[in-house]
Amino acid sequence: MAADGSMAVSAPATAGNGRANSLQRFARRRSTIAFFMTLPLLVVIVGLVAYPAGYGIYLSTLNRRMTSFMEGDWLPTGLGNFEILFGSDTFWMVVWQSCIFAISAVLLKALIGFWLAHMLHHIPTKGQRKWRGMLLIPWVIPPALSTLGWWWMFDPSYSAINWVLNVFAVPAVPWLGEPWWARASVIIVNVWYGAPFFMIMYLAALKSVPDQLYEAAAIDGATGWQKLRYVTLPMMANIISITVLFSLIVTFANYDIVRVLTNGGPRDLTHVFASYAFQVGILSSNIPRGAAVSLFMFPILAVCAFFVLRGVTRRNKEQM
Amino acid sequence: MAQVSLRKIVKAYEGDVQAVKGINLEIDDHEFVVLVGPSGCGKSTTLRMIAGLEEITDGEIAIGGAVVNDIPPRDRDIAMVFQNYALYPHMSVYDNMAFGLTLRKFPKAEIDKRVKEAARILDITPLLERKPKALSGGQRQRVAMGRAIVRDPKVFLFDEPLSNLDAKLRVQMRTEIKKVHQTVRTTTVYVTHDQVEAMTLADRVVVMNQGIIEQVGPPQELYHHPATKFVAGFIGSPAMNFMPARLEEASGALNVTLANGTSLPVPDSRSARYRPHVGKALLFGIRPEHLTDEKTMDKDNLAPLSLTPEVIEPMGMETLAHFRQDGAEITARLDPATPAEVGVPLRLLAHMDQMHLIDPTNDKVL
Repeated sequence: MAADGSMAVSAPATAGNGRANSLQRFARRRSTIAFFMTLPLLVVIVGLVAYPAGYGIYLSTLNRRMTSFMEGDWLPTGLGNFEILFGSDTFWMVVWQSCIFAISAVLLKALIGFWLAHMLHHIPTKGQRKWRGMLLIPWVIPPALSTLGWWWMFDPSYSAINWVLNVFAVPAVPWLGEPWWARASVIIVNVWYGAPFFMIMYLAALKSVPDQLYEAAAIDGATGWQKLRYVTLPMMANIISITVLFSLIVTFANYDIVRVLTNGGPRDLTHVFASYAFQVGILSSNIPRGAAVSLFMFPILAVCAFFVLRGVTRRNKEQM
Repeated sequence: MAQVSLRKIVKAYEGDVQAVKGINLEIDDHEFVVLVGPSGCGKSTTLRMIAGLEEITDGEIAIGGAVVNDIPPRDRDIAMVFQNYALYPHMSVYDNMAFGLTLRKFPKAEIDKRVKEAARILDITPLLERKPKALSGGQRQRVAMGRAIVRDPKVFLFDEPLSNLDAKLRVQMRTEIKKVHQTVRTTTVYVTHDQVEAMTLADRVVVMNQGIIEQVGPPQELYHHPATKFVAGFIGSPAMNFMPARLEEASGALNVTLANGTSLPVPDSRSARYRPHVGKALLFGIRPEHLTDEKTMDKDNLAPLSLTPEVIEPMGMETLAHFRQDGAEITARLDPATPAEVGVPLRLLAHMDQMHLIDPTNDKVL
C-alpha cells in the first residue's frame, strides 16, 4: 500500500520536478525564512496599527450618525469634519496647546534628563545603581496613578505644595484653577513622569563615549564646557534625537495626565489632541469628528520623524 | 620644546597598591625616550602622569623647568597619541587636526597652514576631508600624529601607538615615527611593551619592571651591558639564555662550569671583574645569537658546547634550535645551512666575549 502510494506520488513528480525544486529553494531562501519569522509581528502591526489607522481615516469621513459621508461646503465629499475643525477656534486652540505642551515638556525632560544623567555618570558605580533605581521610580509607576497623587497635591483645599509654600510665606497657587497654572501643572507632571526615561537613555549614551576622547580633548586644550560642547553632545546626537522623537510622539499623544489632572479644564483651555479627541468623539458622541481630531497628530509627527531620522541616518553613515 | 624631569614619582592606588614606586628620570630637550616593560610595569601610568591624566601621589614632574604637578593637561603644552587613536568620529580629518588650535584661538590662516604642513609631512593631504570612519588603521594613526604635530607642543607623548596595527604596518609606521622625529625634533616620551620598537626608535630606552626603573641607556648599551637579569632577559629576541653555573678557578684561569659538567673558559679580559665571585653559584647568560655552529667567523674566545635539539624552527634567514639543559630552556640562532636534527647532539660554540654572569641573590649582572 505504502509502496503504491509513493509510486503514485513520484510518477507525476518527475514531470513537475523543476517546479518542486524551485519551490524548495524558495522556502529555503533566507529572505523567505526571515519573512515567516517576522510574520507574527507583522500580523500584530497590521491588526493593532494599520487596521485601526485605516479605520480611523474611514471614520473621519463619516457624518455624526455614521450613516453616510460627511458633506462639506467647499471641501469634497467626506472631508466635512476637517472643514468644520479648520473653522473652529477651540480646535486651533488645541493645536497650539498641544504644540506648546509637547515642545516645552520634551525640552524640559531632555534638559533635566541630561543633567540627571551627568550627575549619575559621575557617581562611582557602587552608589550609582541605587540612585539610578530611585530616579527611575516616576517612570515605572502607572501615570494614571501617580497623576492622582499629583492631583491631590495640587488640590485647592488640601494642596501639600501650597502648604509648603505657605510655610515660606509664599501665597497659595491656584494650580488647576487658572489656565496658565493648569498648563504648567500638566507640564510639571509630564516632566516628572518622563524625565527618567531621558535620564536612562542619556546615561547609556554617556557611558558609550570612550574616555580616551575626553582625555584627547583635555590634552587638546578643552575646558569642561568645551568637552561637553565638542565631544559629549556630538557623540550623543543620535541618542538625543531619537529619544526626543520618541518622547515627542508619546507626549504629543498624551492623554492620561491631562484627563486625570484637569480633564481639559478650566474652560477647555488645557486640552491636547488626545483629550480633545476623547471629549469630542466619546463624551460628545461624535466619533467621526473625534477621529478627525486625532488624525491631525499624524502629519505633524510625520514631519518631525522625517527630519530626526534623516539626521540619524546621515550621522550613522559618517561615524559608525 | 623642553626637558622633562621626573623626581621621585610615586603613583599609589586605593589599598596601597603602588603602580609607580618613586622613579627618577631626566629627559633632555629633543630626546626620544622609550619607556618599555611588561604590562603592569607602570610605564603607561608614568606617561599619563606626565600628561596630567593621572594624579601624582608623590614626587614632582617638571616640563621645561616648571613643575606641572597641579597644572591641568590643557595647560601643560603637550600632545599625546593614544593607542586607540582617540580621533573625534564626528569631525573630519582636518577638523580633528585643527581642534587643538581652534580651542587655543589661533587665527584661521595659521591653523590652515599648520594642518596642511602636518598633512604634507605625514602624507595624508588627500584624506583631509574624510571622516575617521573612512580611514584604515595606519591612516588613523597618521591623523593622530598629525593632531600632535600641528600643536607644536613642548613634548610628544605616545601611548603604545602601534599596538593596534598589523605586523607589517607596525614596522612601516615605526619608520614613519622615527622620520617625523628627525624632522620636528620635539622631545618625545614613547611607551611600548615591544622591545623591538623600543630599540629601533629610542635615543635612550628606559626599562621598567614592577613600578621601578631597571635601567636607562642607549639601545646598544642595554643590549650589550644589561644591568639586571630582567633587562638581560627582556631586551633581545629570542630572549637571553640563562643556565645555572659555578665560577671556578683552575691554574690561574677562570671557568664557568655548567650543571652537566661542561666547563667554559672565561676570557682573560673578564678575569679581574669576575675573580671575586669564584666559587659562587651563578647564572650564566648568553644570547641565542652568541651560540653558533662551528662555521662561525669569530675565532677568539669560543667555547665548545654539546646540546641535543628538541625543536628546530627554520626561519629562512636563520634557524632557531631549542634545547633543554639541566631544566633550563636554551635557544640558539644557527646558520640555516647547519645540519641540525631533533634528537641528534649538536656541537655549538659559545662566544664567551658576549657572556654574562648574574648573581641569583640580587639578579644583578656582574
